[in-house]
Amino acid sequence: MNGALADLRIIAGYALRETVRRKVLVVVGVLTVAFLALYTFGCVQAFDEVRKFSGPAEGVQIEEEVLTGATLLGLAMFVTLFLGTVLAVFVTLNAVRGDAEKGLLQPLVVRPVGRSTLLLARFAAASALCVAYVAVVYAAEIGLTAAASGGYVPDNPVRGGISLAFAVVVVVAIALLGTTLLSSTANGIAIFMVFGAGLASGLIGQIGEALDSASLDQISSIASWALPFEAIYQDGLHALTADVRGATGAIVQLGPFGGAQDAGPLLYPYVLAYLAVVALLADRIFRRADL
Amino acid sequence: MTDALVASGLRKSYKSAVALAGVDLRVGAGELVGLLGPNGAGKSTLTKIAVGLVRPTAGHVEVLGQPCGSLAARAQTGYLAELFRFPGWASADEVLILHQRLARSDGGEAERRRLLELVELSAATDRRVEAMSKGMQQRLGIAQALIGDPRIVLLDEPTSALDPAGRRTVRELLEGLRGRGVSVLLNSHLLSEVELVCDRVVIVDHGRTIAEGTPAELTVPGGVEIETEDGPRRYPQAGREDIPDLIATLVAEGERIYGARVVSGSLEDAYLDLVGAQEQG
Repeated sequence: MNGALADLRIIAGYALRETVRRKVLVVVGVLTVAFLALYTFGCVQAFDEVRKFSGPAEGVQIEEEVLTGATLLGLAMFVTLFLGTVLAVFVTLNAVRGDAEKGLLQPLVVRPVGRSTLLLARFAAASALCVAYVAVVYAAEIGLTAAASGGYVPDNPVRGGISLAFAVVVVVAIALLGTTLLSSTANGIAIFMVFGAGLASGLIGQIGEALDSASLDQISSIASWALPFEAIYQDGLHALTADVRGATGAIVQLGPFGGAQDAGPLLYPYVLAYLAVVALLADRIFRRADL
Repeated sequence: MTDALVASGLRKSYKSAVALAGVDLRVGAGELVGLLGPNGAGKSTLTKIAVGLVRPTAGHVEVLGQPCGSLAARAQTGYLAELFRFPGWASADEVLILHQRLARSDGGEAERRRLLELVELSAATDRRVEAMSKGMQQRLGIAQALIGDPRIVLLDEPTSALDPAGRRTVRELLEGLRGRGVSVLLNSHLLSEVELVCDRVVIVDHGRTIAEGTPAELTVPGGVEIETEDGPRRYPQAGREDIPDLIATLVAEGERIYGARVVSGSLEDAYLDLVGAQEQG
């Protein structure tokens, strides 16, 4: 057991060193700083405009700061999940098939390290990196929004962060499963398409809600359970404005929060079970693969 | 003493393609065995099965008394793949450190220095893999295979990217391993090299063993060559004891003789005969 843990640490360290040396983190860091700079600029502009707003019709209570802050954060959350997905895809892209095709994997696999340990280490390294990344970016977005608005903090920022972390871990797991079957390029394309399918299911749900269509709702619901990063994301999004009521709450639902909904208490146990199934499947395929 | 490697009835199929059709192979303790065969004969597949990279369709392989691919077998095995790569961003020293840790070697810096010196890469300790020539990477691969003092080493085409000097270095290295009692399975197309260093040779073709023996046993005698005024004359069936009679006959026929020698056959001739016979058969 100690040996397996030591191997896990060695391989995870190797995977993380690879992302640093291949300058993946530098590229991601530069792009993220650029995004955050633009986000800050957008926040400052938006709150300035809102402060000039004369207000709605008499009798309608709108909290402009809440409406603007929640809308901006909702959009920022989407971008964060997208960036986290890009990072997850690029750090896991060739972990198995791709590296095996290049001949990088064989010298490691013949060492007295279990294939399951190797896969788990890659999962742990990629998850740690992606979770840390989305956590930092999300925290920065909360801080920047608060600074630009003069103090706006969403209803449940911690739950929003947790949902982003879980969503990106699900993407890492799917990408690792993909890499046991597909070569680098095919896997990258497949994961982005899966991610797109998840987002599309969210949009379908939003349309279904607006049109009051049970069929569209059902399609969206099935897709969300099949690709639970979307359901987690929607749940986190919902947490940001869970306590917003009245006219402000109604208007918030017209923005990026249209599909946001509380997924209920079963979501996270389901996600853990989903991760376990994906991990077992990936492990079984990898252990039986000829390299 | 336990054999280093025993394969029996080994079969491997990839859908309809048969890579191995029932190979038996034995590498004794401290023995240096050469594995020969044309492209696609199944040599690399056999080696990959032995180190646990490929699952056999049928048959059985034991490495040092352990099932092939088991952690216990892998802990005592060194392997150099035919097609391999190390991460371009890592230095030679970093590659060896990683493999030391995975092989649970406590050799530390002294082992790394010794291995890099052995493959003549001492000057490239800190050089990144991406800045190395193919030959240097192959030398590094050999050093990596020897980490942790394995009891058996499987080398798949270890000299394919090396120049003549590099090949000689590997030859000396293999002799050194044999001297230390390490078993080696050498998969190579360079027959002269195999003939020079191997205790025993196994020739496989179409997934089957077609010949096995010491290089001397497999080598076909080359006959006698007598140098006459008209040029050399070859007598393929003759041996050393036939030389006086052959010369006497030629002299009686009025030929002038300038020299005579027994032509020693090469493993290459034997190999080509065996593989050629398989093709025709």
